[in-house]
This record gives sequence, C-alpha cells and structure tokens, in this order.
Amino acid sequence: MELEKFYYDNKIVRAFGYATVIFGVVGMLAGLFAAVQIYMPQISMNFAPTTFGRVRPLHTNAIIFAFVGNATFAGVYYSLQRLCKTRMLSDKLSWIHFWGWQTIIAAAAISLLLGKTTGKEYAELEWPIDIAITLVWVIFGINMFGTILKRREKHLYVAIWFYIATWVTVALLHIVNSIEIPVSFMKSYSWYAGVQDALVQWWYGHNAVAFFLTTPVLGLMYYFLPKAANRPVYSYRLSIIHFWALIFLYIWAGPHHLLYTALPDWAQSLGVVFSIMLIAPSWGGMLNGLFTLRGAWDKVREEPVLKFMVVAITCYGMATFEGPLLSLKSVNAISHFTDWTIAHVHIGGLGWNGFMAFAILYYMVPKLWDTTLYSKKLATNHFWLGTIGIIIYAVPMYWAGFEQSLMWKSFTPEGQLKFQFLETVNSIKPFYVLRSIGGALYLTGAFFMVYNLYKTIRQGSFVANEAAEAAPLVKEVSEHKEYWHRVIERKPMAMLVLSLIVVAIGGLIEMIPTFLVKSNIPTIASVKPYTPLELQGRDIYLREGCYNCHSQMIRPFRDEVARYGEYSKAGEFVYDHPFQWGSKRTGPDLAREGGKYPDSWHYNHMYDPRSMSPGSIMPQYTWLLDDQLDTASTPAKIRAMQTLGVPYPEGYDKIANKDLMHQADSITANLKKDKITTPSNAEIIALIAYMQRIGRDIKAEPKKIIAEK
Amino acid sequence: MKFIHYIEKIGGVDIFGMLSLVIFVVFFLGVLAWVFKTNKKTFNEISRIPLDN
Repeated sequence: MELEKFYYDNKIVRAFGYATVIFGVVGMLAGLFAAVQIYMPQISMNFAPTTFGRVRPLHTNAIIFAFVGNATFAGVYYSLQRLCKTRMLSDKLSWIHFWGWQTIIAAAAISLLLGKTTGKEYAELEWPIDIAITLVWVIFGINMFGTILKRREKHLYVAIWFYIATWVTVALLHIVNSIEIPVSFMKSYSWYAGVQDALVQWWYGHNAVAFFLTTPVLGLMYYFLPKAANRPVYSYRLSIIHFWALIFLYIWAGPHHLLYTALPDWAQSLGVVFSIMLIAPSWGGMLNGLFTLRGAWDKVREEPVLKFMVVAITCYGMATFEGPLLSLKSVNAISHFTDWTIAHVHIGGLGWNGFMAFAILYYMVPKLWDTTLYSKKLATNHFWLGTIGIIIYAVPMYWAGFEQSLMWKSFTPEGQLKFQFLETVNSIKPFYVLRSIGGALYLTGAFFMVYNLYKTIRQGSFVANEAAEAAPLVKEVSEHKEYWHRVIERKPMAMLVLSLIVVAIGGLIEMIPTFLVKSNIPTIASVKPYTPLELQGRDIYLREGCYNCHSQMIRPFRDEVARYGEYSKAGEFVYDHPFQWGSKRTGPDLAREGGKYPDSWHYNHMYDPRSMSPGSIMPQYTWLLDDQLDTASTPAKIRAMQTLGVPYPEGYDKIANKDLMHQADSITANLKKDKITTPSNAEIIALIAYMQRIGRDIKAEPKKIIAEK
Repeated sequence: MKFIHYIEKIGGVDIFGMLSLVIFVVFFLGVLAWVFKTNKKTFNEISRIPLDN
C-alpha cells in the first residue's frame, strides 16, 4: 500500500512547553511565598492581594491548572499525533485552545489576587472563568477526537484511553461542581448548600486529583516511558486492567475527605471501601511503569529523563499507598486538618506531577529542536536538588502533622486539654521553616532546568513541521465475531461513552440519596438564614480566603468538643452557599466561634492578631477597618439566595439594607463601649457580625429533657 | 431551584453500598475475563505503537 506523507505540528507543543516552564516557576514561587508567610506573616506587607488566604489559592490553581495543565497539553499534543500517525485535526483549534487556556490562567491569577473566589477549594474561579474553561475544554475535546478519528493506526494505544477518560471526566466534574447562581459579574453562590455542597465539592476535589493530576499523567507515562527506555511497556494486559479499575474506583472515593464530618455515615463508609480498593490499580500502574525498566536499569544511570521518571513513579506509588491509608477512619482522625495532608499532596505534586513534567520536557525539547540535551550533568544536578528538596519538604510536614495532632488530642490527668491551640502552632514552626527550605531547593532545581533547556534550544534548530510517513487506515471486514473490548478499543466514541458511564455511576449512587432523601439532612428548627449584614460578612470571609486556614467542622471527638464546643450537625449548614468546612487547621476551628469573644476582641484581632494572641501567625487584615462595605450589592445577594431556596420573606431584598444598617449600628455601639470608634459601614463590622453568628443557632434549640429512671 | 426531597425516608440505605460493590466486581471480572482471553500477540503488537515512530 502506498505510504502517505504528512507533518507533525511541533509549534503547538513548543507553545505549551514554554507555558509549562513559565507557569511552573510562577506557581512554585507563589508556593514558596505562601510557605514563608506561614512563619513570617509580616512579609505579606499588610497588602490584601499578597496575604496567605489569596496567595494559597493562586499557588494551587497555578500548579494544577497552569503548570500540570500545560505540561499535559504539551505531552498530549506531542504523543497523540505520533500515536495516531497524523497531524492534529486543526491547527486553528490547537491555537484557540492554547491562547484560550493562557487567557483563563491570566484571568484566574488576577481575579484570585483580587479576592474574587467562589470559596470552594481548587474550584475557586468565578462563573465567567468557569464558562470560559468549559468552552476551551470543548475545543480541546473536538480537536482531540477529530485527531483520533482521522488516525492512520488501527488500535488506540492505552495512553489515548487515559486522555479520553481525562477529557470526559474533567468535563463532568467541572460542570457539576460549578453550578452556581451569578449575583454580579465575578460573584456567584454555589447552587448546593452545606452537606450537599461538601459532597459535590469533594467528589470534584478528589477526582480533580484523579483526572487532572493522575490519569493524563499516567497517559504520558505510558507513552514517554517506553520511548525514553526504548522498550514496550512491561505488560499491556496490566495496563488495561489498570485503566478500567482506576477510573471506575476513583470516582467513588471522594467522601474520604469528609470522614467524621456531618456527612451521612453510609456515604463516608462507601468512600472508605473504594479508597482501600484503589490501591490495587494504582500499584498495578506503578509496577507496570517500574517493571518496564527491567533489565534496563543501567540506562537509568545515564539518562536524566529516566531518573526523573523513576522517582516520579515511585512517588506515585507512595502517594497512592498513603491515600488508602489516610482514608481509614482511625488514621484520618489523626491526619485530617493537619500538615500531614500537605505532605501527602506534595509527594504527589512535587514528586509525581513535577518530576513527570520535567522528564517530558527534557525528552521533548531536544527532539523538537533536533539536537541533544545541552548538559546531562546539569539535568542530573536538577534531579538531585529536586529529590532532596522533596525529602526536606515532606519529612518535616509529616512530623509536624503528627506532632500537632497528638498535641491537640492530649489531656492532662485532670481531664483538661493540655495545650492551647497556639502552643501547638508554635511547636511546629521550625518545621515550617524547614519546609520552605525544601521548597526553595526544589525551585532552584527548576531554574537549573530553565537554563539547561535555554542552552539546548540555542544550540538546535526548531523543526516546526516534522515529516512522517504511514499507510492510510483501511476499513477491515471482520470474518469472525470479536470480543466487545476489541471493538471498543478501536472506536474512540464508544470508549468515550463507556468511560462516561463508568465514572457517572459512582457519582450518581453517592449523590442521589444525599440530594433526594430528607432524612439524610435532618433539619434543625432553630437554624435560621443569615441576616443581610452576616451574609455580607460571610462574603468577606470568603474573599479573604479564611477557609484556607480555618475549618468550620467540629468532629465528634472528645478533644474537639472540649476545645471548640458541640460537634457539628448536618442541619446547621442548610443555608451555607457555599459550605465552608475547610480542610486544614493552620488556625483553630471556627464552627462555634460566635459569642466566644466580645466584638472588640475581633476588631483588635483583625487589626493585629498578635495583640490579642501573642505568637499568632495570622496575617493582619488592616484594610477591613478602612474599606467601606458595598451595601449596593445586598438586594441582589438576597434575591440570589431566595432563588436558591433560602426563606427570606418576599420583597425582603428591598428592605434588607435597613436591617443591615440597624445591626451594624448595634455592633458599632458595642465597640464604642470598649472605646473603639468606627463607622458602621466599615467592612470589619460585617465580618464581626458573621463571626459572632457562626455556630450559634443550635444553642437556641430548646434542650430535650431526658427522663430519669 | 430548591432541592426538593422527593423521597422523605430511605429504607435500607446499605443497599447502595452493596450495589456499588456488586457493580464494580461484575465489571472488574468482565475486564479480567476479556484481558486473559485476548491473544497475547495482539497486545505485543499494540504495545509497540509508541516505538514505531
């Protein structure tokens, strides 16, 4: 048969590659800045956009969507063309995808620093950006499937399955979790409330890790590892089992982020069981990767690309062993809300994602510029700096997590809590310093890479269109009946639909009962909607990213009840759009904060936390004392809440501001008694109103009297 | 747009957990059966795709 001549598009790969490097450095710098702020809060310079609560979402979003996202796209555009033996469907779509994604990243960076956030972790971006993400994702999908459909290779290699599953599931997760009602441009409320919001959010949050940080990178592993080692993957059979088991199991495991919370118990148990099973496919994938190098370990000594991959895959194995471990309730009781979680995600982030991205960059750049890597020695130095950086990052964080958790849970022989919260924070400060040193080493390594790639590019010449040849695909007429999977693996559309069904089942079974069954969220009569001022205050709480360091979820443990108060009930959160349970206690839990301290305490504490709590690491929020509350937005916010089913009386939006000012004046009068003079329209007043409300409603619940026997 | 609780109470919610496990096990056995029925030669061929270009 006659061979067809065609050209691979390398320009788009180059563009995504550059974006990977740039945003990798930016994201890591943001992370380092946030890490240093934890023990030196003053370096935020009392400037709202540079405080921890806004920089941390910038860091996570930049690393996930900009660094790993661009690396994935670079790798997909490189490998997909070669695995399908064809150029991408449309250069135009490729470039719309590229510029669309970079525009989204720029918009995200600006809006997050300005405090425009939905307040849901890893889904912080506001509704106009959410819509843009959806559109760009669809463009990417069309381009990808178009390419697959016009391929010159009969079989879909397993890497492509991972790409397809990634595309389908990320689309599903993003759309379901982003359903929100716009209040204004760049402000919206989550459609879901409380427990339901938490379930959807962690179904999303967990599977964003699965389908944005794991499956596409596994696809890259299945392509680039055999390429770099110049041998096929250890077991193709295993890769198929790996794929189906992984995507099937992952989707169920989300509730393990909500153990011991107010989420119904059956949903928690479901999450645990599937999380434990998840170790099997994860380790199957890891072993498949490592065994590919059997008999070729001498190459690992020579080749930096393989060095990075070996550590990346090992870290994947460690993180996926730890994941099931952390979802055991008894382990989670210790690890949750501590720095253990931070250590865990950075094994994945720095080790698996970062090293995999570095590996494919070191592989692709010399190929694209038709040359060899400028310096293998420099790349090896990068490898060691990165590896040591990961260790110096993770070990202190594990230690800090354990230490703090055990301190939280310590009681004196008299039955009192042994340590104040602040004492536990101060005891782990040295670990925070060590962590930032580890991060700095890792970042230094990345700079080595930038220089090395720059020199490589300078010595080569870019091949914009790489020539290739292959025979066209002819329709085969099968004589005997084929197994269903043989048929599916050649039909990308069938693959898409089947993947969608497989991932949808888990989500549906978890969510439907929680959404439809009333008894799953017992209502509490004394829980009332927020007042207009509290609602505004809550939005300030969201804007400043308080949820990054403070949880609002007291688990039913002796120490938590002793420290914070009555444990949290599902019915308390029915008006929380979005929920603010949080996932980390860098500061204490706030679920029962209301009424704990006088208004003046909060005022002084926001102005300078260290004046009220010496040794505190919380940033100062001085601008809240000066900035005026935007009361013009109140009616729209009330109307949005009414649409979501919050029972404000009809027409309340028109008179809400009157109530708001009334309540504000009473707080101002309160402050005056403590010799603090402030205008009633300062933002701090709204925030105080909200802080004083949190967790108070059930205290008004009439106590049930239990008859004595 | 308020969530309406169509079902007031749910009897035997354990069925959801059980059902999930059964669905997974059946599906997994299906994949396993197929993987071991398929000719190893086909797999060897497919696994060489990345190396062919």
